[in-house]
Amino acid sequence: MDIINALVVFANFVFVPGLAYGAQLALGALGVTLVYGILRFSNFAHGDTMAFGTMAAILVTRGLQAMGISFGPLPTALIALPFAIAATAALVLATDRGIYRFYRKVRAAPVILVIVSMGVMFVMNALTRFIIGVDEINFADGGRFIIAAREFKELTGLAEGLAIRTTQVITVVTAAVAVGLLFWFLGNTRTGKSMRAYSDNEDLALLSGINPERVVAVTWIIVAALATTAGVLYGLDKSFKAFTYFQLLLPIFAAAIVGGLGSPLGAIAGGFLIAFSEVTVTYAWKRVLGYLLPADLAPEGLVQLMSTDYKFAVSFAILVIVLLFRPTGLFRGKSV
Amino acid sequence: MRAPLLFAAVACLFVLTGEMQSWNVALAILNMALVSAIMAMGVNIQWGYAGLFNIGGMGFVALGGLAAVLVSMPPVPEAWAAGGVGVVAGLALGALTVIGAITLVRRMPAGRMRTVLLLAVLIAGFILYRRVFDPAVSAVEAVTPAATGYLGGLGLPILLAWPAGGLIAAGAAWLIGKTALGLRSDYLAIATLGISEIVIAILKNEDWLARGVKNVIGLPRPTGVPFEVELQRSAAFLDWAAAWGFDPMTASSIVVKLAYAGFFVVVLGLIVWLAERALRSPWGRMMRAIRDNEVAAEAMGKDVTARHLQVFVLGSAVIGIAGAMMTTLDGQLTPGTYQPLRFTFLVWVMVIVGGSGNNWGAVLGGFLIWWLWVMVEPIGLWLMEVVTSGMADGLLKNRLIEAAAHMRLFVMGLVLLFVLRFAPRGLIPER
Amino acid sequence: MADPFLIGEAMTGGYGAADILQGCTIAVEKGQIAVIVGPNGAGKSTAMKAVFGMLRLRKGQVRLGGEDITALSPQARVAKGMAFVPQTQNIFTSMTVEENLEMGAFLRRDDIRATMEQVYALFPILRDKRRQPAGELSGGQRQQVAVGRALMTQPRVLMLDEPTAGVSPIVMDELFDRIIDIARTGISILMVEQNARQALAIADMGYVLVQGANRFTDTGAALMADPEVRRSFLGG
Repeated sequence: MDIINALVVFANFVFVPGLAYGAQLALGALGVTLVYGILRFSNFAHGDTMAFGTMAAILVTRGLQAMGISFGPLPTALIALPFAIAATAALVLATDRGIYRFYRKVRAAPVILVIVSMGVMFVMNALTRFIIGVDEINFADGGRFIIAAREFKELTGLAEGLAIRTTQVITVVTAAVAVGLLFWFLGNTRTGKSMRAYSDNEDLALLSGINPERVVAVTWIIVAALATTAGVLYGLDKSFKAFTYFQLLLPIFAAAIVGGLGSPLGAIAGGFLIAFSEVTVTYAWKRVLGYLLPADLAPEGLVQLMSTDYKFAVSFAILVIVLLFRPTGLFRGKSV
Repeated sequence: MRAPLLFAAVACLFVLTGEMQSWNVALAILNMALVSAIMAMGVNIQWGYAGLFNIGGMGFVALGGLAAVLVSMPPVPEAWAAGGVGVVAGLALGALTVIGAITLVRRMPAGRMRTVLLLAVLIAGFILYRRVFDPAVSAVEAVTPAATGYLGGLGLPILLAWPAGGLIAAGAAWLIGKTALGLRSDYLAIATLGISEIVIAILKNEDWLARGVKNVIGLPRPTGVPFEVELQRSAAFLDWAAAWGFDPMTASSIVVKLAYAGFFVVVLGLIVWLAERALRSPWGRMMRAIRDNEVAAEAMGKDVTARHLQVFVLGSAVIGIAGAMMTTLDGQLTPGTYQPLRFTFLVWVMVIVGGSGNNWGAVLGGFLIWWLWVMVEPIGLWLMEVVTSGMADGLLKNRLIEAAAHMRLFVMGLVLLFVLRFAPRGLIPER
Repeated sequence: MADPFLIGEAMTGGYGAADILQGCTIAVEKGQIAVIVGPNGAGKSTAMKAVFGMLRLRKGQVRLGGEDITALSPQARVAKGMAFVPQTQNIFTSMTVEENLEMGAFLRRDDIRATMEQVYALFPILRDKRRQPAGELSGGQRQQVAVGRALMTQPRVLMLDEPTAGVSPIVMDELFDRIIDIARTGISILMVEQNARQALAIADMGYVLVQGANRFTDTGAALMADPEVRRSFLGG
């Protein structure tokens, strides 16, 4: 039995990737849950908002690189992030003005807004494709690894290596900062509290003199920031491709619903739950078990519960299980 | 008067395409438009009649496609011999495990004992299933992998695949409906989106079933639809073409397309007729009553969840039929080409634009939107060329011309948004 | 006679085609308590909502301090010094008591601590529970939060829609005492009450509505003494 090596393999292939992926999903789910809490509809354009934001970040990154600006060992995209957020915020605010506001005014049913968001999804997707095309783009620069597998082996003398990529650490740190800022904002500022009040009880918020249009505008700006950050982090960690962001919609929504739609804390919990389940179920445990079990019991097969292609099934299964046993989600979300 | 005029206008679009571009293209668009109209009918049955928000259309289309393969392709006896029993036994074990788990949850009181037993059943069942299933799958997939590597189908006429596609889709819909209906509309939406992705994942990965991404090609055609090459070799056909002054190549392809169109028109007509009768029956009125006020309908003693399940299964079956028809038309099953934008969301655009709740609206939307979907690209390219004709060659010009390729999504999104905003009841509103 | 401080005069209107209010008039003087009572479906809450601008009037006028405010939105009326406590869903359940009070003062840019102290002085239990989510409080405490939230705007008129609905008799008496306290500070109170007898006992002015019109209008004491009112509306 070799617990240390088993742990290292586990950390290398399950824990660290799961943590990074979970952080990305959590940020995405936060955006979805905020739109749901304040504007009261499921925004299907969220994946494409993420794609648009990431595209903006890539373009700014290229500009910065052309000017010879870099961020040392960190990816240049981090400098580009604020600009990309601004661009995305401008886009979603314009979308709200031009499209969503009308339906708020006529008090359209939430499901109509969902269909409207489908239209927005088409248009945003097209915009992204127009501007940057459909090719896969790698835009991570700076140092690749905080610690490479080989260095780790040399350092510790263990048989197994632990590689921690720069992007993974950046993902987790940035996500933590973003979440911290968001919670501080919601809990301590006048505007943040008015958002919570509006989400909690719209009519009473109006009676208290809270301006709904302002709340909505601030919400969109925050959503744009969260979506862009999530998109850039995902793109740095993996790569950018317009279509993959659409596919992220499913795990993101699963995370938001599992956590409880409208609950920011739930979105984060849901994000990590979905991410770790996906990684755990689709990981081949052969090597971990090989270290843990005596030699004659060591498994022959890969000990992979499901092929990675079925990762959607994992998000989905968790979604169904949680909904069957706790329909409002882990953190009691809103029910409309 | 409005509906016939609109249909005439859309017909003009197809005629114009035929005259200006080619009849071959126009008919190709028409055939897919017929299939799309059926898909739109399916979504309309769910959304328009009952207000069910299904965004998993793609999955049901793909299940229909799977039915086409399973019904029409010849069986592969070697593969059946190598692992057929194992695959079937494995699947049966898997199903038994799930049924066992469900019975356990239903029959036993909640408690630690139940949890432990449930886990035991699930884990033991899973291990057993993998033990039986995995080697059988490997054996099946090892049989001439370049040509087959799957169990094959039943070798029956492919027309039977159309109802079969409907049945498979209905079965899947029943399973989904049992779990997700009665939950909130957003949850049903996400659940269907998830299922459709899972269906595609299964089609892509389970090679023993339908060869996965290796695709199944060369599906047989319905009786009565000849192959183009056969026609081109037939003396009678060549004489006929010469008499009318047609190019035999083009003529053969047009004749084949017309033959398909004939089949599709019959199916579409049948479904529209049935749907219209259903909509006007007491059942249809009840459905709409439930849609408009669920609480009141429930108070009147209507079993809303059961009715929803019924309509969800029906609509999904119609989409499944359309999926089988499409695969028949394509003559191949290519899981990699199923994309949600194309098979789920585009169909929604058809329904909304056509007029949700109105069967004729869905049909019109299917025709119009499919025509647009195909024609936007050439039209966009032409536009861009006109716009850029004065420009010097360079980055911007190239970019603009490239951009034409992405016009589709843009136009579809705009059309959807404009209709929702200015004609929310669609082109042919519900009566 | 001078105009009352707040008056909804000859109000006619409703939600759909049918008028629920048929020329009814409700008024309250500065620092006084006016109570609207009447049988179910008489349009009591509707009259209140009409005064607050949550209902479009076809005829009639609402004036505050002599100024015509008929055309103003509810939000604009809040800015004019009116506060409204709805019958249900009148607190932010997921927010703490203190945050509820802060949200009540959302429009104010000055220091709100003094007002908050006044609310805590009025409802001491809220001070102890100020860090608790309001949704976790008991029914009576929730009503206190709701009233407190409305007071945070430093209103000149406080409108309460059935503040004692669903609370125990002891809590009800307590709440009425607090409402008298509030009126003594110069705030006019207009409220709809199901518990007509207790409400009229503290009312300076009482309005008995039937089918959207004034049936009896007099001081609370006079109405209590009127045998017909007693027989028809106070249960003998």
